[in-house]
Parts: sequence; structure tokens; C-alpha cells
Amino acid sequence: MISTRALAFVFVVCLTFVSVTVRSQTVPELLWGGDAEGGAPYVEADASDPSRVVGFDVEIAGLLASGLGRTARFVQVGFTSIDAAAARGDFAVGLSGIEDTPARRARLAVTIPYYEFREVLTVRSSDKDRYRSLADLRGHRVATLGATLAYDLLVDAEARDGIIPVTYEDDVHPYSDLLLGRVDAVVLDAILAQRGVRRNSGLTNQPVVLAVGHYVGILSAEQSALRDRMNTILRDAMRDGRLERIFRRWDVWNEDQPRLYARVLADSSPYPVPASTLASSTTSGPRTWEAARRYLPALLRAAVVTVVLSCLSMALAVIAGALIASGRIYGTAPLRAALTAYVEVIRGTPLLLQLFVLYFGLAAVVELPAFLAALLGLGLNYAAYESEIYRGALEAVPTGQLDAARTLGFSERQTFLLVRAPQAFRLALAPMTNDFVALLKDSSLVSVITVVELTKETSIFAANIGSWVIPGMMCAAIYLAMSLPLARVARRIERGWRHG
Amino acid sequence: MTVLDVRAMEVRRSERVIVADVTFRAAAGEIVALMGASGAGKTSILRAIAGLDPIASGTVSIPQPVGMVFQFHHLFANMSAHRNVWLAPVHVLKRPRPEAELRAQELLLSLGVGDRASAMPHELSGGEAQRVAIARALAIDPHVLLMDEPTASLDAARRGDLAATLRQLATQGRTIIIATHDAEFARACAHRELGVRGGRVHDVS
Repeated sequence: MISTRALAFVFVVCLTFVSVTVRSQTVPELLWGGDAEGGAPYVEADASDPSRVVGFDVEIAGLLASGLGRTARFVQVGFTSIDAAAARGDFAVGLSGIEDTPARRARLAVTIPYYEFREVLTVRSSDKDRYRSLADLRGHRVATLGATLAYDLLVDAEARDGIIPVTYEDDVHPYSDLLLGRVDAVVLDAILAQRGVRRNSGLTNQPVVLAVGHYVGILSAEQSALRDRMNTILRDAMRDGRLERIFRRWDVWNEDQPRLYARVLADSSPYPVPASTLASSTTSGPRTWEAARRYLPALLRAAVVTVVLSCLSMALAVIAGALIASGRIYGTAPLRAALTAYVEVIRGTPLLLQLFVLYFGLAAVVELPAFLAALLGLGLNYAAYESEIYRGALEAVPTGQLDAARTLGFSERQTFLLVRAPQAFRLALAPMTNDFVALLKDSSLVSVITVVELTKETSIFAANIGSWVIPGMMCAAIYLAMSLPLARVARRIERGWRHG
Repeated sequence: MTVLDVRAMEVRRSERVIVADVTFRAAAGEIVALMGASGAGKTSILRAIAGLDPIASGTVSIPQPVGMVFQFHHLFANMSAHRNVWLAPVHVLKRPRPEAELRAQELLLSLGVGDRASAMPHELSGGEAQRVAIARALAIDPHVLLMDEPTASLDAARRGDLAATLRQLATQGRTIIIATHDAEFARACAHRELGVRGGRVHDVS
């Protein structure tokens, strides 16, 4: 399912690109941004014609475009980049199930809400009576999408109820991992939750409403005049039932919407309703420094995950790499061939793919915990690179010294341990330090298998405050604080050897 | 008493014959020089006798261990001169380390490099490195010492010193085989000279 969706997505991106280059510019266009990977009912590639996108956000974009006398043209943007792209003016309006938040209101021009959603709790049907609310899930892992209202809700619940938030990059795996028992609940908006329950039998949505939020369109801050025109078009569509027809077509119309529309129509201000009912996001406000102070502990915790994961992965890479290198030099022909194949396969395929295979691909055979899968993925990947460094270093030790060791009567093993390996290690140290620094940064890839490390926490932080400036600087400072001492230690060891 | 006995030895490298029909003997306390130009096959003969390269046919009878001093010394680059000398006695002959260290120091002293014991190989001059390499080879008490181009890195005065050292080692009963193209040096220390040309040996003395 993932692969066909991904393929369709790639196809859409390509066709969008082609259409950009060949289309004539006679009809004025309304560029709108969204993430086709988000899927139905928001935006997704049309199954019968992947060059088109379909979904209620697509229809709302069409409604806005025709109200403005233009034709709508879709621009693909990754979900987590939508805010930044809107602020830069990559498109006129972003529509992709985008949640109303105080941070967005502060940094962007935000339309009136066009849909109200509830955050709901999904559990395995067998746990239906055990986990009725977040308070019942103390010490348990609860999944959601990063950088959403639901994530804020889980961060609050972490402090209040002691649950463990787990973030995903997509809305499919939280539910499949819930079935597998990797998490014990999922919190997401009702549209996603209903889809999750439909696709995975054995899951149940609890009736409790954890929070209420709204979907909005976002424009760059300078576009408030255009935003006001769009608000007028949306209000007209609320009055004459066009919005209702769109949502009915996508089977997401419910009794919450007429109430929302009544409130919106009764108040002609740009923000007729609060962004959401979540206390922390409505009261804390968008002040960046305040938010930075609030996020710092989480960033430092994530930095600890990065350090621990990197150190353990490097240890695994060094040990496995040394074994592979030794096997390739001293082993029998079949062993050498097998190890060469391993190194080439690992080096020739993306680490991201290897992590997916380890965590999601093998889930049917062996269910690795996320951290262990991350450790194995990084460690075994880097082992291939380390082994090449060690093999090169071992082969760089002059053969004359090995001959000398043989005439002195040393066994192969003694020669390796006393003469060859120590010299090879010195040669390998500089590239190894280099690799460790690279691994420290590559460890950010493990966020795709739900391990929240420094970069992931930073992107959640950035999405929630709507800016990368402060989070990016804080993240860079922490990475540098971790990598600079490494380089110093390596230099000191090398200096020590030169004098030893 | 014959210590080293080489009979009809043949060495090939990827089917090419590089040493053919080499036959000679050496007695205890005898210094034999293998004389010949570069590429004549001297080094190949030494390596085969030391067991570093396989022989295609013939026999080599030699008491173990064999001491070998390489043209480029090949000291272990990751350890001091002193450790280069005591490493094999401790790890191969399983001698107690204090005893091996003391003996290594004595060997270095007797070869005139006692004050360079703590130096790393890259800090030694060519002549110093060679004497450390000789000490290393002698530390395992070989009956036969094989030396490849021992004068290559030495000036005239040092060559004289080396000749005297080898003569003294021979008087202790060691058999020494020297591969060299240095006729003057060979005359100065060898009891017997064998000519090497095209991978074959013939008596010249």
C-alpha cells in the first residue's frame, strides 16, 4: 500500500513539474501548496489518473480559485515544510489539513477555519475497557504525527499523566504499530482515526474527545488582503452549502460543522474562533524565546538519545567492521565473497531504506523495538564503511614487517594483534573520527522509525513555533558541542602516539 | 659440522623459474657470502631458505629458529627499538619478560645501540636500524643468521664495524649467510664466497 502510494506520489510530482514547464500562462493561476503523501480525504493522487490530485482540500482550492477568477494549480510540498514554503511565498495558499495554531496566526496570514475536528484516542479493541483516556496510559507509548495539535496534547499528557509520546512521519504506521503492540494507543484527529480503524481490524476509537481543532488555509503574512478575499469566499460557501457538499462527498460531514459555520458567520473578524481547545497552545502564545525555554529540556533529552545511539552504533560498527575486514583479508574464498557482497549491498543502498526494512519490513518476522532497530541499522550500515577503512589500513602495513614477524616465529594471530592491527588502527583513527561525526548526524534519519532524536525534536519545535531560526541555531549548537570535543580527543590521541 | 644443507633447490614465481638447482652447505661458525649483481636471485635464495617463499623442488635442511636481517630492516614501526628485540622471546619463546628485556638491552649494548633502546624505528638512522634488526634476529638464538644486503645503508667506517661484529658472532658458533654485491665487504668477513647469476649458484672461492 505504501509503495503504490509512494509511486503515485512520485508520478504526481513529476507530472506537476512537466505541466509547470509546458503550460501557457494565459489563464491567471492560483498556486496552492499541499502534501499528496498526506492521502485521502485531504490530498492524494487520483488512483485512476495519478497526474491529478483529489481530496476535499483540492476541491476547496478549486472553490477559492474560481471565487478569485483563477484556475487552481497544485504545488507539492512536504507536510513539515508547508509553513516555511507559505512564508516564502512558494504558493499563494497552503491547504492540506493544516491545523489552526497561535503560532501560525502570529507568523502567517491564516484563513477562517473551514472544518472542525476532534482529537480522538484509538486503542486495540481488546484494551477498549482498560485504556479509556490518556490518564489510563501512564507509562505506555502513545503514537501520533509530529508537529501537530495531537503532539502538543501528548506533550501535555506526558507531564500530567506520565504517558510516553512516540512520533511518526506518516499516519499509516501509528495504526499498524498499534496492532503489533509497539504502541498502546494513537491520538490523532477523527478523520485519520476513522481511516486507521477502517484499514486495521481490531482497533477501536474511544468516544472521549481530547481536544477540538480546526483546519485552515495559510498564506504569507504580507498576503492578508488576499486572505480576507478568501475568507469572504469561504463564508459565502458556508452560507450556500458548497462547503457542506464538498465534505459530504468525502464522507466527513458531521454535526460539528454547522455549529462551526454558525459561529464563523456570526463574527466577521479574521479570527472568529479560538485556534483550538488545547490549553497550552491557546494560552502559551507564540513568543519564540518563551517557546525556546519550554523546548530546551526536550532538545537536551533528544541530544542524549543522539549521543547514546551514536556511541552504541559506532561501537557496533567498529567491532563488526573489524571482523568484516579481518574476514576479507584472512578468510576463505566463500567467506570473502560473502563479506564483499555485504559491503557492496550496504554501501549501495540508502540507509533510510535499510532502516525501513529493519523496522517495518521485518515486523512480520521479528518485532524489533525502535531503538534496537535504529542501533542495528546505523551500526551495521557503518560497519560496511568501517570495514573498508580497516581493510585499507591493514593492507597499508608494509608486508616486510609481516615477513619479519614470520621469520621470528610469530603465529598469524600474534602478528595480527601485536604488529598489524596496532599500526592499522593508527592509520584508521582519522577516518574513524570522521565517520563518527558523520554518524552523529546520520543518526537523525532514525526519526523515520519513531526514535525521537535531536533533529526530529528540533523539527517538531520549529513546526510548532512556525520558524526554524531559533530551533535551528539551538540544534546546531548542540551538535557542535557534541562533535567538536571528538575531533579534539582524536587529535590528542594521534599526538600522543607520535611521541610514544 | 654442517648446519645448513641446501640441495637442488628450485623456486618459481607464477611458473617462472627464478632460482634453479641451488646446492650448498654451510658449517657452524662459517660465514658464507652469496655474491651477485642486483636481480641475480640472491634475495630469492635467502627468502626460500628462511621459509618465507615456498620451494618448488629440492630440499632445505636448516635448524629452527632462523634469524633474518632484511635489507630495509623492517622493524615493527609501532614499538620502540627495545620492544622490537624482546617481543619474540616473550611471545614466541615464552621467556619471562624481565629476563627477555634484560637480554634485549645486552644485545643492543653489544651492538653499540644501547643508548637508542627507547627510540622509535622512524627515529633511528640506517646504521642504527640495521643493528637493532640484527639484535632482534639474534634475540631468538638462531643457529643460522641470514642477512640481505647488510651494507646497503652503511658508510665505509660502519661497514668495517659490521664485518667485525659478524666475525665475532661467527666465533660464537653461528652460521651466517650474507647476500651482497659488495665484494670488498665479502672479502673482509666471509670465509667462503658463492657467485649467484641467473638464479644459479657457483663456487668462486
